[in-house]
Amino acid sequence: MLEIRNLHASVQGNEILRGLDLAVGAGEVHAIMGPNGSGKSTLAGVLAGRDSYEIRAGSVSYLGRDLLAMAPEERAREGVFLAFQYPVEIPGVRNVHFLKAALNAIRKHRGLEELDALDFLSLLREKMKVVEMDEALLQRPVNEGFSGGEKKRNEILQMAVLDPRLAILDETDSGLDIDALRVVASGVNALRAPDRSILVVTHYQRLLDYIVPDRVHVLLDGRIVRSGGRELALELEARGYGWIEGPSGAKPPAGH
Amino acid sequence: MKPDATPLDDLANREYKYGFVTPIESETFPPGLDEEVVRGISARKGEPEWMLDWRLRAFRHWSGMREPRWANLKFPRIDYGAIIYFAAPRTRSRPGSLDEVDPELRRTYEKLGIPLREQEALAGVAVDAVFDSVSVATTFQDKLSELGIVFCSFSRAVREHPELVRRYLGSVVPPTDNFFAALNSAVFSDGSFCFVPRGVRCPMELSTYFRINAANTGQFERTLIVVEEGAHVSYLEGCTAPIRDENQLHAAVVELVALDDASIRYSTVQNWYPGDREGRGGIYNFVTKRGKCAGRRSKISWTQVETGSAITWKYPSCILLGDESVGEFHSVALTANRQQADTGTKMIHVGRNTRSTIVSKGISAGLGQNTYRGAVKVLRGAAGARNHSRCDSMLIGDRCGAHTFPYIDVANATSTVEHEASVSKIGEDQIFYCRQRGISPEDAVSMIVHGFCTEVFRELPMEFAVEAQKLLQVSLEGSVG
Repeated sequence: MLEIRNLHASVQGNEILRGLDLAVGAGEVHAIMGPNGSGKSTLAGVLAGRDSYEIRAGSVSYLGRDLLAMAPEERAREGVFLAFQYPVEIPGVRNVHFLKAALNAIRKHRGLEELDALDFLSLLREKMKVVEMDEALLQRPVNEGFSGGEKKRNEILQMAVLDPRLAILDETDSGLDIDALRVVASGVNALRAPDRSILVVTHYQRLLDYIVPDRVHVLLDGRIVRSGGRELALELEARGYGWIEGPSGAKPPAGH
Repeated sequence: MKPDATPLDDLANREYKYGFVTPIESETFPPGLDEEVVRGISARKGEPEWMLDWRLRAFRHWSGMREPRWANLKFPRIDYGAIIYFAAPRTRSRPGSLDEVDPELRRTYEKLGIPLREQEALAGVAVDAVFDSVSVATTFQDKLSELGIVFCSFSRAVREHPELVRRYLGSVVPPTDNFFAALNSAVFSDGSFCFVPRGVRCPMELSTYFRINAANTGQFERTLIVVEEGAHVSYLEGCTAPIRDENQLHAAVVELVALDDASIRYSTVQNWYPGDREGRGGIYNFVTKRGKCAGRRSKISWTQVETGSAITWKYPSCILLGDESVGEFHSVALTANRQQADTGTKMIHVGRNTRSTIVSKGISAGLGQNTYRGAVKVLRGAAGARNHSRCDSMLIGDRCGAHTFPYIDVANATSTVEHEASVSKIGEDQIFYCRQRGISPEDAVSMIVHGFCTEVFRELPMEFAVEAQKLLQVSLEGSVG
């Protein structure tokens, strides 16, 4: 599904990713963990095609294609979905309208017929059950005035509707109370499928109590320094990041 | 990853799809303006003496006036001696029926999406088609006249309803009001007239479609709408012009009068040729629009979507004379490339418990400069008056400008005036968010801009809301890289 090799990326001249390797197979859920500043969000942004990053070296292959050569909307239409850490507000644009435009852009790309308002609404209602979202939020402008939890649920709703092949959750747990976390996680779990891969980017292992990963990777100083099963996350929870050596041999500050 | 061109940086050429020229012979006066030209226009239209006198008074006044320069607009001095003040398609005298309209003119309007045959017309819309300086056709006149509604060209109104024209012409915008209104009063060649008698709700939208065709001519039309007690009308104007390298002057006057319990909704979709990317050509649009809420509980609502013209200078205003009368102004103004707009409104509260609402949405892209200029004036007798103003500006890219000049003058302690303003920039974040959901950058900008304008579009009659939305899309085409 996704294969990243020796990826180097910088922001305004600062190299953030320094030779990152990662392979995610179809149907797998991988967690990327790491302290602040380790490059987690950069990785998510690079995969989605945010243009503030400069790729210095390396390759990303997605379903056999060169992901880095694709425009952001093309990646999305090919099935890459990023659940934003900070979902963006779009005043005046109704949530339902936004989602329909997105779905139809993707369907058109896939050679499917665009959905009309009625079919779209019935699809939407079905998907909304997954995230236990209030229907009133559909008529409100995209993310405007949403609480933190509502924004994150909205991201998962979008993910459910857009039916991606590769979903990247960027710190989806940040700012959520335990109830919202549970709802969001069960939404994500409901979307686990043999042909869908999920990359969970998180600082804390807490989310992984609910979304149980197949693999856990520790990102430090721009590289994956350790990979393991779920028990690695638990170990990080218990001991922090301090015991793992960075690629340069330097130890990062204790987990915070 | 290939570095994408920053999606908002580059404002490419906008496609102006109404830029064609109709090959039609026209009768034009030589360029320049003096009393002879004014007399010539009046004679050409077979006007009565009083009308000529009115024009001449305006002309003499104008001759002593100077072009106003207070607006936040930069443009070279206009040579009023080089403009042609009258142009008319050379056809048989005005056709007696719609079927006799010159086929070339008919084709022109069809190309613009305005069929002049009633059976093909948009359901529920009557059109007065003004080509260069004259009205060439007015649809549904018979049907409207059954209800006592007069809807015809201004020239015809002068001939057939002189008592109404004499009573109301200049009663809202006096011929001496300002430089451009005085000029218009001297040389106006045609326009639309509408009268809705007491108690009648006009069953269809009335509209005037203005088309400039001839080169080097100015267009000076006048619209007068009078709505009697308890009556209602919804009116729309649209306008386009060919692509030409030189600038053309358009100086119109619109006057509205609403008596007791009457209401007028006046909507404009202004799409004059905006000039090209380098700022060559385009219409100079200097327009005076004012409504008088003369009666108690009367209501005048202006809605404008301004996407065209190289320069826009207009302030559709309301004089709230009648107690409990209501004035509204809803505006979307878009300036792209090198367009400049200085637009807004004046709400003059005279009567007691009068209310006004101002919603202005300015969008600037490319090197566009967009100025909101609005005045809210509450006179001493306007007890309990209320105003609420909102001015929002949106910037697309970082080379354009948004400016706001609110003037508030309150002489009454029992009134409430509120003003809110905001400036936002379409963020790269918003665009990226849309793109990450599969939406193209062009569609993303159009969606975000539309969201920004949505509360103004809601005020437009439905057919035109769709039109306005499309227009904004066209106008922004190529505004992302």
